Order: sequence, then structure tokens, then C-alpha cells
Amino acid sequence: MALLDKFSLMAAQYAEAEAAATNPFSVVLDQVLSPTEAVINGHRTLLLGTNNYLGLTYDPDVIAKSAEAVQKFGTGTTGSRIANGSYDGHQRLEQSLAEFYGRRHAMVFSTGYQANLGIISTVAGKNDHLLLDADCHASIYDGARLGQGQVTRFRHNSPEDLSQRLRRLADVPGDKIIVVEGIYSMLGDSAPLREFAAVKREWGAYLIVDEAHSLGVLGDAGRGLAEAAGVEADVDFIVGTFSKSLGGVGGYCVSDMEGFDVLRVACRPYMFTASPPPGNVAGTLEALRQLRARPVLRRQLNDRGRQLYAGLEGLGFSLGPEPSPVVSVILPEPQAAIEFWKRLLDAGLYTNVSLPPATPKSLSLLRSSVSAAHTAAQIDYALGLFAEIGRAMDFIPAEPKAGRRTAAHR
Amino acid sequence: MDNSVGEIRDVIFETMRSLLRHPVELTDQTNIANDLGLDSVAVMDFVMEIEDKLNVSVPLDRIAEVQTLGDLVETLHNVLSNA
Repeated sequence: MALLDKFSLMAAQYAEAEAAATNPFSVVLDQVLSPTEAVINGHRTLLLGTNNYLGLTYDPDVIAKSAEAVQKFGTGTTGSRIANGSYDGHQRLEQSLAEFYGRRHAMVFSTGYQANLGIISTVAGKNDHLLLDADCHASIYDGARLGQGQVTRFRHNSPEDLSQRLRRLADVPGDKIIVVEGIYSMLGDSAPLREFAAVKREWGAYLIVDEAHSLGVLGDAGRGLAEAAGVEADVDFIVGTFSKSLGGVGGYCVSDMEGFDVLRVACRPYMFTASPPPGNVAGTLEALRQLRARPVLRRQLNDRGRQLYAGLEGLGFSLGPEPSPVVSVILPEPQAAIEFWKRLLDAGLYTNVSLPPATPKSLSLLRSSVSAAHTAAQIDYALGLFAEIGRAMDFIPAEPKAGRRTAAHR
Repeated sequence: MDNSVGEIRDVIFETMRSLLRHPVELTDQTNIANDLGLDSVAVMDFVMEIEDKLNVSVPLDRIAEVQTLGDLVETLHNVLSNA
């Protein structure tokens, strides 16, 4: 026990969650029925917290391609691409990603976490400086720790603070590398990327954008925030994941950087792990094809996100700063978030609990994410449960007068 | 930079006091995580306030070594002296 005493604060929080009968950090989906429904604790449950943005996990063609690749190439690759060789699918997926982004190079990783870990730890050398947005994902901070660069944190979404910190480093030798995200996973807000790109140019820095939650969500072609903000040429590396809009597992980096391919033999999280399995690669390739061919999915997704955001806002919940497929309700303290989550789950709605230190500004969040596969009726049903339980728990004001009831649901 | 240890300590203690909901006696030995209950992100946010006041950036690996308020005073003094 003494060995784990260092986790005593965390253990107390975990025990609190455990005491709530259902622990939000150990939920089991007994059966998954569709991108939007599962059986949890024996009950048919509406899923509103899966990051399955385009709902492609049950697409017949994605499944068929994946199954075909398993039949043809087996279940796993049993090794790394450097030591044990690449499969045809790895290369086709990289070509397809490079072509989608209009970049010369693409590199595929086994998870999105490893893509950040790999790129960030490798591109910043001993005398270089990483400048990370305060709200960047843990994988970005872990990548910074794995590497040897100096790490500076700047205020979330503040180009002014970034500029200030670059000014302080102006006379210090070494390259400066900025890392921001397309959509932040906790509150669903986007970076002011045009302004960040201007700061990057002013100080001659490099820019990495993590589009994990914005691939297939933002931009006319679905390439993410860099496309939507019109600054793709300023972004030196785009990192992303297959595990959200593409319904698989894995990560990638695309770039036009001269000499990019040397990363394949310099990047430890790429070299010292098994490569993505054939079924997963083939499913991801097909999902990427559909992301490009079916812009209607993006429209449906963003419509549902706006519907949920407007509905919750109308009910009087405190939310993140802007609508997106990620919609988080801000609650007063962790226990309130856990209790709210549990009562929603008991009523048949699955959401996520996000607690400090995984959240910005020590916020306790009940986080939802919508899918293109959700119907408007499903979102309305979810809003009805949020209203009923939110009122019972005094998080929102009592029911408005009868005539205005439906307005809040629009 | 001519920030003395005393001035840096004043800024750090004052910032921490305004952050805490209840008055707590602060000393150089006060442990930021165990005595004040700040988690890893809250510590970084706290340091950011101090960085603004002293117009300095503290690299994250230096923040990771900090356990007590006294450690933080020393770290900031070192960073400012080498700036």
C-alpha cells in the first residue's frame, strides 16, 4: 500500500465515485446496439458521450472493408513497422491522408495519444522551446515531457499571452514550436487560429495543430479548424486521431516539412510499438472516404450540436463558450457532476463526467458529445431528461410557464 | 532584474492568499499539493498568475520540481536571476 500512498488524494476521489454505486470511470457497455444506443446495467440507453461524431462505427461499408482486411491480412501486425515491416494498408492510409490534406507527407500512429507523444517529443530538441496552450490535452503535455525541449505554458486561447511569452524567449537560442487544438475536448471551444497563425509568423515560430476533435467537424471539406480558419499554409504539422470521426483507433500527422520521413526512425512512440492492425486500417480508410464523400454527415452533426447547446442553454444550464459537437454542463463541484451523471444514466442517458485536473480551471463537468447518427428526436429526449433531473437537483430554475415549454427545446 | 527573494515571496504569498477561499497560514514549508490541496493543473495556473506579475516564464520542468512555497520562491529567484 505504501507504494501507492502518493495517490491518496486521487484515491479518495475515486472512492467517492465508487460510493455513488455506479462509478463514472468504470462503466461497462454490455452491448452496443448502434452508434447512439447501448445496453448498460441491463437497460437500453441513449449514448450521448461517445465522440462518435460521424456515427460511422456501424456503417456497413466500413464494417465490410474492415472484415475483409481481417480475413486477408489477419487480426494483428504483431510488430512495429520499423522492425517488422509495413503493410500495404498503412501506406495506402498515409497516401490517402496526405492527399486529403494536400500535404506531401503523412505518418500513421497506433493511437492518437501516440501521435501527439511522438511528434511533439521528437520535433522539439534539447535547445528548442515548446509553447503549449494551457488547456491542451494530456497527450500533448506528456509528449512535451518525453522530449527534451523547454516547455512554456500560455493562457488558453490567448494570442496576446503567447506573443508575450515568445517575446521573453526572443533572445534565447532554439526553435519555438507552438501547439494548439482545433476543438478542445472538455468545453468544446475552438482556438482563434488566424490570430495564433499571425503570432507564429511574427516570431518565426512553428505551429502544430491537434485536430483530434475537429477532423470531420470543421471546414468545408472537413479537414478541421486550420481549413475553416483559412490558415492551413501556416500550420507546419497537423496531428489527429482515427478514434473519433473515423470510428477506429490510431493517430496521424501530416506535413509539408522538408525531411519529414526521418521521423520514422527518430520518433520512439512510432518505432517501439505495434503498428495499427489491418482491420482497423481498412475501416479507417473507408471512413475517411465517407467523410469526404458525405458532407451531409457534417451538417447533421453540427445541427445536432447546436440543438443540444441551444436546448441546454434555454433550460438555464451553464455551458462552455460556444456550440460544437462537444457540449459540457458546468456544475458546482465533483459530487454534483457524479450525482447528475448517475441519475441521467439511471433514466437511460449516458454522458461523461470530467473532473479536475483533467478539466480547465478546476471545473466539474457533465460532458456530452453528439453524433451525426443522432436524430433530432433523440436530442429532444435527452433534453427532456436534462430538464427533469436538472430541476429536481436544483441546477436550473423550475419549469417555465406552459406556453413556453417547447421553445426551449428548439 | 533586481527582484529580491523577499519581494518574490511577497508576490507568491499574496497571490496564493487571494486564491484560497479560507485564510491559511503560509510559510516557506507549506506544501502546495498536500497542505493547500492544489492539483497539478491548479499549480500551473497559480504559477501563471505569478509569471504575469513578475513578467517571466517558468519552464514546466522547473515547476514540476516545486513542492513547497519556499521551493517556488527559490525557483523564481533563480529564473529571474538568469533572465
